This record gives sequence, C-alpha cells and structure tokens, in this order.
Amino acid sequence: MFYRECGNFKDNYASDMAIFPIPLDRYGFIVMLILALIVIPLTATDYWISSIMIPFYCFALSAFGLNILAGYAGQISIGHAAFMAVGAYASLILYGRYGIPLLPSILGGGIVSAAVGTFFGLPALRIKGFYLAISTLASQFIIQWVIVHWRWVSGGVFGTVEAPDMQIFGWALDTPVRKYYLVLCIMILLITFGKNLVRGQLGRNWMAIRDIDYAAEIIGVNLYRDKLIAFAVSTFYAGIAGSLITFCYYGAANIEEFHVMVSFALIGMIIIGGLGTILGSFLGAGFFVLLPIAINQSLGAFMDVVPSDILSNIEAIIFGGLIVLFLIVEPYGMARLWHTIKDKMRLWPFPY
Amino acid sequence: MNEEKEPILRAENISITFGGLKALDRVSLEINPGEIMAIIGPNGAGKTTMLNIINGFYKPDEGRIIFEGKERPKKMKPNLIAAQGIARTFQNLALFTGMSTLGNIMVGRTMLMHSNIFSQALYWRFSQKEEIEHRAAVERIIDFLQIENIRRTPASMLPYGLRKRVELARALAAEPKLLLLDEPMAGMNLEEKEDIARFVLDANEELGYTIALIEHDMGVVMDICDRIVVLDFGEKIAEGTPDEIKADPKVIKAYLGTAGG
Repeated sequence: MFYRECGNFKDNYASDMAIFPIPLDRYGFIVMLILALIVIPLTATDYWISSIMIPFYCFALSAFGLNILAGYAGQISIGHAAFMAVGAYASLILYGRYGIPLLPSILGGGIVSAAVGTFFGLPALRIKGFYLAISTLASQFIIQWVIVHWRWVSGGVFGTVEAPDMQIFGWALDTPVRKYYLVLCIMILLITFGKNLVRGQLGRNWMAIRDIDYAAEIIGVNLYRDKLIAFAVSTFYAGIAGSLITFCYYGAANIEEFHVMVSFALIGMIIIGGLGTILGSFLGAGFFVLLPIAINQSLGAFMDVVPSDILSNIEAIIFGGLIVLFLIVEPYGMARLWHTIKDKMRLWPFPY
Repeated sequence: MNEEKEPILRAENISITFGGLKALDRVSLEINPGEIMAIIGPNGAGKTTMLNIINGFYKPDEGRIIFEGKERPKKMKPNLIAAQGIARTFQNLALFTGMSTLGNIMVGRTMLMHSNIFSQALYWRFSQKEEIEHRAAVERIIDFLQIENIRRTPASMLPYGLRKRVELARALAAEPKLLLLDEPMAGMNLEEKEDIARFVLDANEELGYTIALIEHDMGVVMDICDRIVVLDFGEKIAEGTPDEIKADPKVIKAYLGTAGG
C-alpha cells in the first residue's frame, strides 16, 4: 500500500533509466545519506565512528569491488585481501616516503593494486570456475610473500609501515569524525562510479559474460578485454579500500591484517549479502563487521557466569550458525530478501 | 533479385572433422544480399556446424570464407567476426538469464557503443546521451517484435517462445549485415511459428536484413525462403529455389520423403 510503482509515469528515457526510478526508493536513499553524512557523525561516539563505521565502509567498498568481479562478471577471486594489502602498502609508501599528497596517494594505491590485479587476472582468459579460484588463491600467497620478503616495501618479515599523520591541503585529519568523512566521501564517490559502470554497457557486457560467455562473444563482447577490465576495476576498489582502512583504522600497514581469512570473509560478505547487487555488498559487510560486535556485546552479560574462553567460542558458534541460517533462509543473499519484502509490500494488504 | 550481385558471404570448400567424424565435406555455399536463405537437411547433416563456422565458433580444417569480398583470416575471434556484421541466434537458447529482456537486447548493441570506461563511470554527457540513443533504438526493436510487455521481465522467467523472440531481438539489435537463425521456430506451436515467420519476413523486407536460417518445418521454409541449400551427412546435395528443391529426387530420397512414404 505504501510502496507503489504505479501512477509514476515517465515521458523520457533519461528518467526511466535513473538509478532510483521509484520516488519512494529515492526518498529512502536520501534518508540513508542524511543518516550517514549528518546524524552519525553528530551523535555516534568516537569508538563507534573509528572502530565500527570506518571498517564497515571500507569492507563494504572492498566487498563491492569483489562483487563487480564475482557478482557481475562471474570471475571468482580468493585473493582479494592481498589486493587490499597492495593498495595499502602502495599508498602508504607514496604518502609517507615520497610525500605525495594524501588523495593522489590513495588513488595511486588503487592504481598499483589495479595493475597487479590485472596481471593476476590473466589466467581468467583461459580458465574459469574452480580452476580460476585456485589460481587467484595463489595470487594471495604470492603477494603476501612478496610484501613480507621485499624489504623495500615492508621492511622485513615483522615489518609494518606506520601511517603518518594525514593532511589534506594542510588540513589535519586527526579526529575520528574527519577520518570518517574522508572514508565516507571516497566511498560514496566510488560506489556511484561503480553503479554507473554496472548499469552501463560495461556492466551489461560483464553480466553477459557471467551468464553465457560464448553467446556474449558471438554478439560482439570482447571477452578478454572486458574480463581484464573487471579485474582491474575490482582490484582498484580493493586497493582503495585497503589504503583507506590502513590510513583511518589500523594506523599501520601489516600483512597480518590482509590474511587469506580476510579474503574468505570478503567472499562470505558478497554471498551472504547478495551477488551482483550493490545493496548486498553493504548488507554483507554489515553482517561480517557489525554482527560479531553485536554478538560480543550481547554475550557480555554472561561474562560473570561463563568463562571467557568458552564465551569466545560461543561467539564464533553463533556467528557461524547465523551464516548457515541466512543461507538456508535465502540462498541468494540478504539483498534478495529485501527485494522479496518489497514485492510483498507492493501488494500489501491484498496479496492477490 | 539481381543475378549478378556479389554474394555477401561465400564459403568455399569448407571441411571440418570432429575426431573421426567428417562433419562437413567440401561444402560451398553463397549468401546473396537481401535474400532469405535456408539450410535444411536431416539431423546430424552439419547445418549447425556450418553456422558455427560462418560466425567463427569453429575454425574449418579446409576451405575459406569470404565475407563482403574479403577473405577471413584463419584464426579470427568470434567477437571480431561479430564486429564485421554477423549476428546469430542459437538452437538451444542462449539468453543472459540474469538480466531483463531490455538488458539482453542492450547487450546486442555493444559493438555500436563507444564510450570509454571513465565516461561510463561518470555517466556524463556523451555516455548518457549514447545510452539514451541506444535505448531508443532498442525500444524500436522491442516495438517491432511486440515484446513491450516483457521489457523488464528477467529472461529466466520468460516462456520458451518469448525467449526465442528476445534472442531474435538481441541479434537484430546488433544491426548485422548477415543474420543467422538456428531453428528459430523449433518447438513452437502453429501460432508462434506464424509470428516468427512474419517477423523474419518483415526483418527481411522492411528492415532489409540478409538472413540465413536453419529450419525443420518444411512448410515455413518453402513459404518464406528465396533459396535453399540441402545438406546430408556433411555434403551439399542440392541447392535452388523452393520449387526446384521440392522436385529434386535426391532431396526427396534423403530428407523430404514422398507423400506415400
């Protein structure tokens, strides 16, 4: 009753092809924007902003990058955390060692990551599916090894690269709120670009490759070029996300933060959130970043009764159980769940 | 039809073997501009193989293909062949099931769109203008094939007959110089067949497309085609107008059969 498509007429293609053709969706999006831009920075505590919201945005961005590759273009990558690491180290070195301004450094991190990602995307030209998965898993370990053992990059096996104080045009980014804005602005910008890409011709080519590659080729899609572009764009996003999370959250680039488990978590995010949707990237990142904290907080009440080692195991068990539960309830991810709800709302209260 | 016209596509002495099986044995055929040509023959005669060679799926062991007067290099990627202006539909549907009808047809225009990745990311001026122009062109095709009502339906939810039609729309969207249809009417009822036959004729007469099709329904083939090539066990056994084919004893023996059995 509240959610209506009808009575909403278009008289040109531009408005029909808008991102949110339905007014209610548009209003909902604006509300979310206000929430993120104004309400959260004003009301949330420093802990919430710097330890929850910033990693959430960074992982959402990285998950979206992986979603471009896996959800849209149908090419799997089990090494995405490594590309985050590449972006992180590259931007830190550019900024800290060479004194390049912050924003170009972050961009540079993304570009270096994209270059490395394109290289590791080359096997995708010949193999797909499980075989590609294994070859990208190799990229994870190769990059990890190179970063650890290349002293110029990391300064040795136990080395970390400290993030120096950040400045944009002489304006220090020292408080959590300022860092929050940096992350948020870059994220919104990149998500907008990404949305434009996936709804444009490139996105359609990607989906065509994902669905039936030979038919895509017959109709004129350049498989090689578009697969490599998917790898480049996807790892570009990973690189930016990696450099943002290092600058604004970890404070130092350490390879342990970009371990293979993070790659698996990213894949989990897009599968639980929903492959091939932007909303899904956010929902999945929320699931993986926010939910463990929520479980942790709510179990804190039993701290006196249950020993803490058992408690932390229970946390993991509950989290794992929820993953399985969500996949049973909605195998296509939380974004699909949201669409189902919208479909129901469209007919409510007369479901016939 | 002008007799002296240069054929748009000429395949000369095409041979191909799969394992020990000779799928095509020195088959030559020509497709003239503006005509509807049919390739017919019993199952396993090599009809689809011929189509796959024409649009570059298979590389022939022997023989050459001359498209618009230019010989095609031996190893040419299918997407480049598509860029030359050959589009096709598939016998077993090959729609992009994750996309809507509109998305599927828009993919067909991929070769005609040229904005680069950065312009697409910004969705600014040139890119947006291009997107809208092509959307308008796609809407004309949707209108032509009368599939307005399923514009936003995911391809995975379409019934069989409509899927075939969307596939035809996708091929038409590429504005090809040569359109290959692999059994466009297979598995359809009479009414759907009539629709498709009408669309094929309209595409040929109104829009001026050159069409080569494979079809098993002899009634339709005899009615709408200008010229027919008959294949049997990888060899061309006859070629001619529908009336000539109907009277050809070799074709009757191999494929058509006689009224009395």
